[in-house]
Amino acid sequence: MSYVVQRLLTFPLILLGVSVLVFFSIRLIPGDAITAMLGTEAGLLTPAQRASLANYFGLDQPVVTQYFRWLSGLLHGDFGISVIYGKPALGVILERFPLTLELALLSMLIALCVGIPLGVLAATRNERPSDLVVRILAMLGQSTPNFVVGLVIIYALSVWFGIVPTMGSFTPLTVDPLANLGQLIFPAITLGFAFAASVTRICRSAMLDVLGDDYIRTARAKGAAARRVVWRHALPNALIPVVTLSGVEFGYLLGGAVIVEQIFALPGLGRLVLEAISQRDYPLVESAVLFIAFNFLVVNLIVDLTYVLIDPRIRLGAS
Amino acid sequence: MRVLKALLKHPSGRIGAAIIVLYLVAAGLGALGLTPHNALKQFPIDRLKPPSPSYWMGTDLLGRDTFSRLMLGIGQSLVVAFASVLGASVAGSIIGLFAAWWGGLWDSVLMRLTDVLLAFPAILLALLIIAIVGPGTYTSIAAIAIVYTPIFARVVRGPALSLKRRDFVDAARTFGSSQGYILTRHLLLNLVAPLTVQVTLALAWALLTEAGLSFLGLGTQPPAPSLGLMLADSKNLMQHAPWLMLFPGLTVMLGILGFNLTGDALRDILDPRTKARAA
Repeated sequence: MSYVVQRLLTFPLILLGVSVLVFFSIRLIPGDAITAMLGTEAGLLTPAQRASLANYFGLDQPVVTQYFRWLSGLLHGDFGISVIYGKPALGVILERFPLTLELALLSMLIALCVGIPLGVLAATRNERPSDLVVRILAMLGQSTPNFVVGLVIIYALSVWFGIVPTMGSFTPLTVDPLANLGQLIFPAITLGFAFAASVTRICRSAMLDVLGDDYIRTARAKGAAARRVVWRHALPNALIPVVTLSGVEFGYLLGGAVIVEQIFALPGLGRLVLEAISQRDYPLVESAVLFIAFNFLVVNLIVDLTYVLIDPRIRLGAS
Repeated sequence: MRVLKALLKHPSGRIGAAIIVLYLVAAGLGALGLTPHNALKQFPIDRLKPPSPSYWMGTDLLGRDTFSRLMLGIGQSLVVAFASVLGASVAGSIIGLFAAWWGGLWDSVLMRLTDVLLAFPAILLALLIIAIVGPGTYTSIAAIAIVYTPIFARVVRGPALSLKRRDFVDAARTFGSSQGYILTRHLLLNLVAPLTVQVTLALAWALLTEAGLSFLGLGTQPPAPSLGLMLADSKNLMQHAPWLMLFPGLTVMLGILGFNLTGDALRDILDPRTKARAA
């Protein structure tokens, strides 16, 4: 149990470290926070107004006190007020999160549906032409940045098929599932492209390892059909590294696919961070970054724990 | 030399190395000003010209030669990639070595610090750093270096821990070798193989991140040419001038492919266990 306990114990510690890093790094920004928030408009403030604002935001307190006040607020669900939106930062983040979550899930689905069959195909036809083709495609896929894939998709859709992907607005899944899918499918393909390439490579590699194992030879010797040996005996074991990779990639995607959301003008979490940075909305930057890091840590924790659960060979206690 | 020979015999290593050499030559010529046209000078009369014998890859909205700008853009990307990976590998190796060597509290503190940095999706951490310092080439270098440092620290710490317990390290201690000598000659030298692989793969990732940050307008600032910026500019013109998207896109992809292929080949060469199942 010690590995699981150790992972669970270090989780809040790392989260605390993340909060320290986020809070104090934002305070490293040159100039005072009020000028940073209001930009040129800060010049119009009288000293009394400035002092009043500093008092309102708690900026007249020592920075360590500010940190603990901020942390205490976080623990009570108070992430501060977004300067751009003028409402609680957590609310703004939670409005954007469903899109990001849906996009991440859809991309992962695409990646697994494409990557696993291709990986299995390549491994079962090791060193044959079809294996070589899959390997080349996977390497090209892994080397193509998602913004290149996104631009090519937009170009192909608009020039070859006369379709302009809907941009800017977003229809939630609960309102109109078809319109929602229409808006997310191309960004999801864009994100799923390199993801599928990684899944293909790791699945092929794991399948090659497993196909050489004794129990597979035994299954074959007992006369099990080749298809059954591959899909029922070999694949479940080869999926362990695929699960790990998918979990980690999913964690990254939950962080907001900043570039793809920007290309397709999707109002997701990544684009929110970018907006907050460009408009110097630091309460929102802090909250969004912390929220993303929290999700990322939770997903990684789940992946680690799942890994322990699905692979009995992992000795509990070994990190 | 032996590794280089093996790399050139390896099918994907050969292709990867050829791409890297091609990019280094293009960047070198660009840095010396040996481009077909002035990459920064605007020729409004030649705006949005398609590829032709005089403009091999066409021109942009301001009449600047795409090919010449790509040569400079490759140089810019390589400078950011090499500088950031150099910074990350040096800082990460030092952290990893010290954590492994001193162990105990030092190890715990340093590794928890790397855990904190690894708790951020890479691009987000880079964005946070840019939010603090402001966009620009140097910021990109620093951001990518900081993002990659904990990964190098982890790559070095694991093997360094096992090397530390080996007999030859004990023997060196017995002979009175200094800590610095043991760390550099006995530990670091034995870590060259995993570090080389990691450096090559990190270069691919750094190229990708640099292009991504520039694409978002947070990396290299105009008018300096950058592959990401060129791609971002092409978005609104792609229907009329697809070459503005095609060539920078292919250039970024090929560069990343070059480093990925070389990294994979080096892993095969330096770690024979992976050879049989290399994808």
